[in-house]
Amino acid sequence: MHIVLLKVTTLFYLVGALLYLYYIVTLKEKGAKLGRMILVVGVVLHAVGFVARYVAAGYTPITNLFESLSFFAMAIVAVFLVTELRYNLRILGSFIAPLGFVFSIFSAFQSGEVARLAPALDSYWLPIHVMLLFIGDAVFAVAFGAGIMYLLQEKEVKRKRMGAIFKRLPSLDVLDEINYKCLTVGFPLLTLGIITGSIWAEYAWGSYWSWDPKETWSLITWFLYAALLHGRLTVGWRGRKAAILAIIGFCAVLFTFLGVNLLLPGLHSYSSLSG
Amino acid sequence: MSSIVIVGLNHRTAPVEIRERLAFPADTIGHSLRGLVEREEIVEGIILSTCNRVEVCVLAGGESYKGATAVKEFLSATHGIARDELNGYLYHYEGEEAVKHLFRVSSSLDSMVLGEPQILGQVKDAYGYAAEFRTIGPILDKFYTKAFSVAKRVRTETKVASSAVSVSYAAVELAKKIFGNLKDKTAMLIGAGEMCELAARHLLSAGVKRILVTNRTFERAVKLAGEFDGMPVRFDELLSHLKMADIILSSTGAPHFILKKEDVEEVLRIRKNRPMFFIDMAVPRDIDPDANQIDNVYVYDIDDLNNVIETNLEERQKEAARAEEIVSAEVRNFLRWLEAQQVTPTIVMLRRKFEEVKNAEVAKAIAMLGPEDPKTKKVVESLATSILNKVLHPPITALKKDVDGRDVTELVATVRELFDLPENDEPSPPSTEARKEKEGGEIE
Repeated sequence: MHIVLLKVTTLFYLVGALLYLYYIVTLKEKGAKLGRMILVVGVVLHAVGFVARYVAAGYTPITNLFESLSFFAMAIVAVFLVTELRYNLRILGSFIAPLGFVFSIFSAFQSGEVARLAPALDSYWLPIHVMLLFIGDAVFAVAFGAGIMYLLQEKEVKRKRMGAIFKRLPSLDVLDEINYKCLTVGFPLLTLGIITGSIWAEYAWGSYWSWDPKETWSLITWFLYAALLHGRLTVGWRGRKAAILAIIGFCAVLFTFLGVNLLLPGLHSYSSLSG
Repeated sequence: MSSIVIVGLNHRTAPVEIRERLAFPADTIGHSLRGLVEREEIVEGIILSTCNRVEVCVLAGGESYKGATAVKEFLSATHGIARDELNGYLYHYEGEEAVKHLFRVSSSLDSMVLGEPQILGQVKDAYGYAAEFRTIGPILDKFYTKAFSVAKRVRTETKVASSAVSVSYAAVELAKKIFGNLKDKTAMLIGAGEMCELAARHLLSAGVKRILVTNRTFERAVKLAGEFDGMPVRFDELLSHLKMADIILSSTGAPHFILKKEDVEEVLRIRKNRPMFFIDMAVPRDIDPDANQIDNVYVYDIDDLNNVIETNLEERQKEAARAEEIVSAEVRNFLRWLEAQQVTPTIVMLRRKFEEVKNAEVAKAIAMLGPEDPKTKKVVESLATSILNKVLHPPITALKKDVDGRDVTELVATVRELFDLPENDEPSPPSTEARKEKEGGEIE
C-alpha cells in the first residue's frame, strides 16, 4: 500500500509542477492556486505513505538511496509550501516544484518489498541524523531556487529591460531575504545533522570522525554555508554574491548526497545504488 | 424611439484652442447640464469635459439625428461659437457606434496615451455630476455603469494599462523591483529639475519615508525640502549624506560627473552593500554610468528610462487588440439589454390595453347579468382573463424572443401599429431609484 501511495505522490508532484509552470507562462492565478492545492494533497499522501512504510518495515524508511530521495522530495515540497505561505510568493513554485518532482521520480523505482535493516543502522540516531540533514538540505534547495531567481532578475534590471522576466519575478529584496532566512534555518539544521552523525559514529564505528568521503563533503558544504553566513553578517555580502554562493552550496549538498553515494565508496555506502 | 447619441471633439479632431473654448468648467456644469436636458429632443444627458476631450452624451427622445442637432446647437449656444465653425471639429456617434465609443473611451483605448489611467476617473466624475443634477435616467445610468465595468474588465484581463509609460512611473516601478517595499527607504534629490521633482512626488506617494534635498544654492534646497517635508543638505556635504540614500534622483547642470564610480563604491562599502538606485535625469549626465557594474548598484539615465517606456508602449499596443475584443463583446451585451428596454414597455402597454378592454367588458357583462352574484362574477372574470392570457401569449413570446440580427425596433413598431398603442412612451423621469439599482446589477 505504501508503495502505491508513494507512486501516486509522484504524479501529484508532476501535476503540481506543471500547474506552476503554466502559471509562470500565463500568469493566471488559477494555475498557482490549483498547483498549491495539488502539492498540499501530494505532500500529505507522501507523509501517509512514509508512515505506512515505517509501520511495514519497523524502521524509518530512509536507509537506501530511493528512500532518501523520496524523503528529500517530500521535505523540499513541504519547505516550499511553508515559504510560499510566509512570503506569498507563488512564482517560487515554478522553480521549486519541478525540483521536488525530479527527486520524487526515484521513489517510483523503489521496491515495494521492505529489506531487512542493516544492523549498523538499527539505532535511534538514524531518523534524527538523517531527517535533520534532509530537512536542512530542503531549506537549501529553496535558497537555491531563490538564488537562481535573483540572478535572473538582477540581470534584467542591470540590462535595463523590463521584459517578461522583470514582470514575473519578485523584487530583488524579497529574493535576497529568502536567501538569508533559508541560511539561518538551514545552517543550524546542517550543523546539528553533522553533530548527531558524529555522536552516532562514535557509538557505531567507535570514532567521532573518520574522514569518510561523506563526512569530508559534508564538512566542505558546511564551510561553504558558514562562509556565506559569516560574510552576510560581518561584511554585508548580499544580493548577487549571496545568490551565487547559495547555488554553489546546493551543488555541494547534491554532491554530498548523490555524488558521494554513487562515486565514492566509504562507510556511508548503505545508500549507494547497490546497497 | 429613443436612442443614445454622443457628440464631441477630442485631441485628434480639434486643436487645443478650440478644446479650451468648448470646455465646461466644474463650477457651471450643473447649469449646463440642466440647459441640455431642458431641450425638447433630449431626455437624459451627461457632459464629459477633460483637457483632451469634450463629449456630450444624450438619450434622444425621437429621431437620433434631431438629438445630434440639438446637442450641436447646445454646444454652439453655450460657448458662443458659430455652428459652421464647430462642425469641422465635431464627431458624432449614434446607437451601437455610440455605445462602442463610450466603452472605448472609458477603457482608455481612445486616449492620447493608450491605457492612461485618468480617463476612467474623469468619466466617473462626469457621471457623478449628471447624477447630482439629476440629468440622467435609467438608460444612461445603466450605460455608464456598464462602461465602468467594461473598463475594469479591460484593466484586469489585458495588460493595456499594466506597465509604466511615463518616466516617473517607470522609476517607481524599478525602485519597487529593487527594494520591494519602499516604506523605510530614503530618497535624495540632487539639483532641481521638473522631472526629478515629479519622480520624487511619485516616490513619496509610493511610500518612501524621507527625502533629502541638495542643491548648489542652499536656499533652493531649503525651499524644495519644505515642499516635500524633507531635509535640506549642503551641496559640499553631498558625499557624507549619500550613505543615507537608497534612491538618488539627480539633475544638476554640472558639465561633468558629480559622482564617480569610486565615490559610489566607497559609499556602498559604508552602507554594507545595501542596494542603491541612481536615477540620472541630467544631460550631460551626473553619475558615472560605469557605477551600474557594481553589485547592488543600479544606474539608469534618462535614455534608459525612455527605452523602458517605449518598450512598454509597444506592449500596450499589442494588448489593445485584445481589449477591443472585450469591448465588442460588451457592446453586444449592452445592445441586447437596450433592446429589452424597448420591448418591455411595449409589452406592458399591450397588456395594459387589453386589461382595460377586458375590465370594461367584464363590468358590462356583469351589469347585464343583473343582481350581483359572487359566483357568476368570478366565472365571468376568470373566463375573460383566461382568454386574454391565451391570446396575448404568442405576441409577447415573439417580442421577448432573443434572435441575433433581428431588428427589434421594427417589430416593436409593428406591434404598436397593429394594436394601436401610443407612439410616444415617456421613459420614466430621472430618479434616484434607478441610480440605486446600479449597485445591484450588472447587465447579464
